[in-house]
Order: sequence, then structure tokens, then C-alpha cells
Amino acid sequence: MNIIDARNLSFDYVRTDENNKVIDTTRALRDVSLTIAEGSFVCVLGHNGSGKSTFAKLLNALNLPTEGTLFIGEKDTKDESKLWDIRKETGMVFQNPDNQIIASVVEEDVGFGPENIGVPTKEIWERVNRALEAVDMTAYRLKSPNRLSGGQKQRVAIAGTMAMLPKCIVLDEPTAMLDPSGRREVVKTVTELNKQAHVTIVLITHYMEETVGADRIIVMDKGQVVMDGAPREVFSHVEELKAIHMDVPEVTELSFLLNKAGLPVPVSVLTRRELCDRLSELLPKQAEFEPDFVKQKPKHLEITDPVIRVSHLSHVYQQGTAMESYALRDVSFDIPRGSITAFIGHTGSGKSTLTQHLDGLLEATDGDILVNFRDNAPLFKEEPCRRQKKSKGRSEGAKRSKGNMASESAATAAILSSSNASAGAAADLPASATDRKTEAVSGINSAIDDSKFISIYHDNINKRQLRFKVGLVFQYPEYQLFEVDVITDVMYGPKNQGLSDDEARSRAKEALALVGMGEEYYEKSPFELSGGQKRRVAIAGVLAMRPEVLILDEPTAGLDPQGRDDLFREIKSLHEKAGMTIVLVSHSMDDVARYTDLVEVLDHGELRMSGTPEEIFRRYKELEEMGLGAPQMTYLIHELKDLGIRFEERPDTVEEMADAIVKLYRKYQDAKKDGRTKV
Amino acid sequence: MFREITLGQYYPVDSVIHRLDPRVKLLGTLLFLISLFLVKSYTMYGVAAVFLAILIRLTNVPFKYMVRGLRGILILLLISVSFNLFLTPGTPVLTIGPLKMTQEGIAIATKMAVRLIMLVIGSTIMTLTTTPNELTDGLEKGLGVFKHIGVPVHEIAMMMSIALRFIPILVDETDKIMKAQQARGADFESGNILQRARAMVPILVPLFISAFRRANDLAMAMEARCYHGGEGRTKMKPLHYAGRDYAAYACIFIYFALFIGSRFLPLV
Repeated sequence: MNIIDARNLSFDYVRTDENNKVIDTTRALRDVSLTIAEGSFVCVLGHNGSGKSTFAKLLNALNLPTEGTLFIGEKDTKDESKLWDIRKETGMVFQNPDNQIIASVVEEDVGFGPENIGVPTKEIWERVNRALEAVDMTAYRLKSPNRLSGGQKQRVAIAGTMAMLPKCIVLDEPTAMLDPSGRREVVKTVTELNKQAHVTIVLITHYMEETVGADRIIVMDKGQVVMDGAPREVFSHVEELKAIHMDVPEVTELSFLLNKAGLPVPVSVLTRRELCDRLSELLPKQAEFEPDFVKQKPKHLEITDPVIRVSHLSHVYQQGTAMESYALRDVSFDIPRGSITAFIGHTGSGKSTLTQHLDGLLEATDGDILVNFRDNAPLFKEEPCRRQKKSKGRSEGAKRSKGNMASESAATAAILSSSNASAGAAADLPASATDRKTEAVSGINSAIDDSKFISIYHDNINKRQLRFKVGLVFQYPEYQLFEVDVITDVMYGPKNQGLSDDEARSRAKEALALVGMGEEYYEKSPFELSGGQKRRVAIAGVLAMRPEVLILDEPTAGLDPQGRDDLFREIKSLHEKAGMTIVLVSHSMDDVARYTDLVEVLDHGELRMSGTPEEIFRRYKELEEMGLGAPQMTYLIHELKDLGIRFEERPDTVEEMADAIVKLYRKYQDAKKDGRTKV
Repeated sequence: MFREITLGQYYPVDSVIHRLDPRVKLLGTLLFLISLFLVKSYTMYGVAAVFLAILIRLTNVPFKYMVRGLRGILILLLISVSFNLFLTPGTPVLTIGPLKMTQEGIAIATKMAVRLIMLVIGSTIMTLTTTPNELTDGLEKGLGVFKHIGVPVHEIAMMMSIALRFIPILVDETDKIMKAQQARGADFESGNILQRARAMVPILVPLFISAFRRANDLAMAMEARCYHGGEGRTKMKPLHYAGRDYAAYACIFIYFALFIGSRFLPLV
């Protein structure tokens, strides 16, 4: 039986002015006809603006179709007398976990729906108990939603719909704002509900991995259904999917590339297991065949000159109270100039706290941060005097000339003590108040000249200037836009730097060009732009200050695959063109593997690993213990290794992996032809 | 920086006070507040303080946590105390320039401060021990009589509970937006009042936009869960008076009678 039956659905978004005159209509859905069988698990894919969310809202009668009819069960959504029955039958879960929880206690929120439809008290409790049980949140029933993680909040939202005893649950990008472990939680929960409670699931998502377990995938583009079928079938059209800006799971993409290269691999493989089985038949075991590979040395290992040096940094929240907790504990590492460094760690591991320290927004409880910019001068509150810089500071500085991690704290000591020392050494000079000041300053200056590092916690450092040098782009930066048009918003930073209107404008133009926003957007209101464009404008707002180091906290969160790839391409080009040092906070191991040179792994406020992506992902088992993972390709390599297939290189991306497999396969084939195999 | 505000936040532990009917707590708080304004003598302040201390003890909420809620009213407290200290005419004790601190002023300022602190703690006890939903239910049922004269009691109650639920979220958001603008060089600390007020624009605009977006989302989520006003709604936790509620009423009335009495009978 079909629970959803859509016949020639169309939907227009209509914008009207104050007098209810229509200004503008946008057709979001065009002639969509489809049915969804009761008890099935259907995923709806499509990039932002493809009409998938519009479709979801029609299912719950939150919007009514402009044309066509939609039946839920037997009920027409246009029939107002059936409205509440329809909403009872199709529960909705939305993207933002915070904005759909009404009550301040978990169980009361789950009971909200049944209360609305007039369920007797005793039955409400039974339903709430069962719903919480179904999403495995019983232990949290008396908690405040504000204390839950994103994944848990979404499970509460799912329980809220389950308490209405729905036949169908529609989830509109429920995982877009979650971290990987939260995403897994939610997908596991809905899969179980589907299998055990036989609830029909309509899951709208960007994440391809989540669709693998579905019975059916519907792909939408420009308001129309463009593909519809079982996952295997849909994912076999890799090129068509890419053409409409969609991704496919990495394993599927790999099998597609291998197939294209002429290897006898099926076009559409969904799981690593499947691919491994196939590859184990094709590729030589190491025991029988040892190819001679040329080892490639990764080029980023040559970077040694640090721009920021974090030294024994600790941050304690609410120190001295019962709720004292370490957000960071004794963290030390270097950020090399011109590198792309990634901070990874689960939610609450201290990544964001760390980035806010680098920018001087948070003050360390203990430890130090040293910086060495191309031009440190603007950082000082007073213009450092260069008059008498050859003081004792030099010898202090020389002691720590090796500058390794162990002597970092000495660096600070050098700066601080040298200012005292120089004041002492220069005792023969007139010691009026003003002079003493100059001496102190020149003392610092001499230390800087020697070690080139300055502590951002020194009294003479202007924190605001530091923020112009270290640009920090927060998570969901588009929420900070406030001006009437794009260009003025981007000019906000440069104007805070004290630049004139003209200068600020030219900086803004330059920054907008860097993120690929053309002149046609300058006069637009930032709120008219799409999600990806808003984010670009927000990033330009930081770039316009011409920072030397750019920190991006989850820059691609909530963007669709196309938006994500575009943004990364721009970040990469910033790095290449402007020689900018970039720090990337990310949850996506695939992105980290693909784009970064160095990785710092944080766990419960401690730095657990530090190294190149290759070095880090080799230790994927430890990463898993921290609730993190490794790129899909790393897993594949290890699984193949367990089967006895080895690669000399360590490919991180799908393309590299495909290359490596094809090379190995060809060599093996050639060898077989020549009869060189050991067997 | 706003994280310290505990006013209006539920503290999830179990206690006698937590289990009381919200209507009892609402009326109790109201009477307690009135009683504070009836007080004339220090003895009765003592009685109120003891009563409050017992209540605090019964709530199982750490006292420290409650006191932190006072930080929010610190400025208000300082202003009213200093006004009373220096502007009350009477016998001067201390003179600083044109300012005279008087004996009467000290007495009034002390009473004022004690009253204000007890007032805030008294009402904090209610919000700390009552979930916004209970509070709403209590208001809705307690004020139900006004529905007949056209007061939208349910709607007001619902709005209140939603506002309380979103306070911590918006507080967090304000913090985040402030930091984001600071990262773009915003300066909230220097300049005159006008400049500072203008510096708030980059915080307020995004905050309002976000609040509207949230309101929109929430309205949709509520509709999707069949919310359509107070009519035909049932309660998951309907209000029924239990034995302890009657006992609590008795305590409150005795307490209140004591204060009324102290007004007319100058025994204490």
C-alpha cells in the first residue's frame, strides 16, 4: 500500500509586497509524480534549492500544492478537515535541533505532540515512554535539551514525532548541522525505527553515506525528480550525478573510476566489503608479486618556519569553582608558515577554544602563544624604538637558538626577562619615567629581533591588531552579517582597522574577488543570497583585513557537496595565490586528507597527535577510540592490507587510490604476461 | 559573559519544592514578595530570612548556584543602595565632598539591599524548581478564570514558556556573534556612550535576524506537531493538588498572616 501518492505536484513560492501584490514567484517544484510504499526507507537527494525541502513540507501539509494533488494514506492534503490526521500520520523532523524542541525537559517535549491532539494523560505517558525507548533516550528523559549533544537533540525530536504514532516520518536534512558521530546516531535510529517499528522513513540529506542503507533513492534537481531507484542503480550513474552537482559515496566513485580505467570492476559498488572482495581477486598478494614503486616524498614536509607557536597552553573554565573544567591542557605545537593545518577532534574536544586563543579572544589560563608575522610592528601599542637594541636580550635569545619545543617557554622568558635586563643594563642612561618606558620597549624589540617571536600575552601587544593578523572565521559565519549590502558588510573589518572609505572599499573588492563573488553582488542585501554565497561574503569580511593567518572553523558545515567543493577550491587557491597560512577546523576526515599538510588531533582538551595526514591516519584505530575516524580510502587500504594486498604509496583521495590500484593492476598483468610472478 | 545569569533557569534535581504544585509556588512567591514589602522591623526581616533559608535548604539547589544569579542585579543593587545611602536626609555620619552619608540612609539602604536580595532569591527559587512548562501550566490553570473575560491565558502562558526555553540559546548566540564581530576588529569597550551604542548594531542586527529565523522554524515545528492553540489540548502532567500542596498552602498562609499581624500588632 502506498502511504504517499503525489500526482503532478507543483509548488510556487510567492513573494508579495505590503499591499499583497505579487512581486515575484519562484517555482520550487515542477510536476512531481511519485508514490512511496508503506514501510519503505526512501532517501531524497538533491543540492540546495533542488526542491527537496519544499516537497517535505508538502508531505506534512505545512505547505499546500499550487497544482496537483497529494494523498497521504487516502487523505488529500488540501482537505482541511483532515489536516490534523495528516500531521499525525507524517511526523516531521527539521534541520536545526534547537529550533524544534519546545519544552525545557526532554520528556515534556516528547509529550507535546500527544497533548496537542488530545490524548488522555495516561496514554501520553505510555507513548512518551515507548517513544523515548525507541530512540534510546530514556536515560535522558529528565534532562534539559540544552545539555544534550546535537545528535541527542535530534533523537528527542524523532521521539517527539514517534509519540504521535506516525506511519511515516519525514526528516528534512536532520544531520546537516551535526558532527559525524551525531550523524551516525541519527541514521542508526531511523534505520532501526524503519526495520523494527516499520515506520516509513523519508530521509532528505546531502550525505551519500547515509543513503546506502535505503530501499530507494529519489534524486531531485530544479524541482523535478531526475532519478529514482535502488541505491545501486542510482549510484551507477556517477557522471549524471556529478553533472547535477551531487556526490556519490567514495567507494562507489572509486569503483566507477576503476571500471572506467578498464578494470573488471562493477560500476556501482556500495560498500567497502564488496569492493575489497572484488579487488582481492584482481590484485596480486604481496607474497606473490612485489612491484618496484618509486617512493614519493610529500613536499609539505619541507616547511619548517613557524608563524604561530603554541606553547604549553591551558585553559580552564570556571576556575576555582566546583564546575572547574579543562578546555585545553598543556597543548604545544607549531603552525608552519604557508601551511594548511587541520585541527580535528570530536565536539567538545577544545578545537574551537583553541582557535579563539590564537585570535586573542580567549586568554590562556597558563602557557603562551608566540607569533612571528612578516611584519610584527603593528602589533605593538607603542612604536618600538630601535635606538638601543643590542642589549642583554640578545644573549638571552641566543641561548634558545635551537628553538625546539622544549625551549619554547624559554622564548617567552627571554622576551619578558630581557625587557627587565635591558632596563638594568642601560642604567647609565638618564632614568626619567619616559626613558624607562622606551627602554622597556626597546628591550622587547631587541628580543624580537633576536628570536623574532613575540608573545601575544605581552603587555605591549594590541589584541585588536592581533585579530587583524589572525583572521578567524567562525562556524556558520553568515550569521554575523548585518549590513544593508554586501560591500558595506565586507568593509566593516577594514574600517575597524582605521582605513579610509576608499581603501576599505578596494580591500573589500579584492576580498570578494578572492572568494569568487563578482561585482553584481556588491549592492545586494546579504540576506538575499543563497547559503553558500552568504558564507563566501562572511569569509570575505575576514579576508578584507588581509590576515596572514586565516582560521576557518568548519567552513563547509551545512553546505551541499557542490558548495563544499567550491569553497575548498577557493580556500586552496587563497593558500596558493596569497601565500596565506590556513588553519582548518574540520570533522570531515576526507577533507582533511585531501586538503591539509599537517594535522593536530585534540581529545578532551589535550593534543594527542601531531603530524602529516599520512602519519595521523595510519593510526586510525586510536582515532576511532577518540570518536573520530579516518578517510574512507585509509580504511580501504588497511582492509586490503589485511587481505595481503599492499601499496607502496599511501593514497588519501579517491583519484590517487584509483591511480594506485590501476598501476598495481597493470604491472601485475604485464608481469603475468612475461611470466615473472613468483607463483 | 552572559553565562552566569541563572535567573529563570530550571535546575533539574528532585526535592519537595520541585514536586510542589506550580500554583502553590506561584501564589507562595507572590505572597512572599508582598510580605517583604510589609516588613517594618528587623525581627520580621529575620523571620523572612529564616523562612527563605529553610526554603533554600529544601530545594536541593546549591546555594552558590543561586547566589550567582544575583550577579545580574548587582548594578541595580549598587545604584539603589548608593541612592539611599547618600540621598536620605538625616544625621550625617560620613561626608565625602557634597555627598553625605546619613544614619537613616544606612538603615534604609540596608533594608533595601536585604529586601532586594530576598526578593530576587525568592523568585529565583520558583524558577529554579519549576520547569517553564509547569510554570505555564500553573499560570494557565491558576489564571484560568480570566479566560472568560477574554484574556488569552493559554497563549500568554505558551509564549512565556517558549521565551524561557530560548533564553539560554539566545544568550549563547549573543556571545558567539560578539566574538565573531570582535574577530573583525569590533571594539565594544572604548568610546563614548553614542559610539558604544553604535558598536552594538553589528550584534543586534544578526541577533534579531536569528531570533526571527528561530521563531519561524519553531512555529513550523509546532504546527507539524499538531499545535493549534489551547483548545482540545490534554496534559501530560495535569495539575492535581496533593497532600503536600495543602500543607504548603497552610505554611504560606500562616507565614503571611504573621506578617499582616506584625503590621497591626506592634509586638515584634
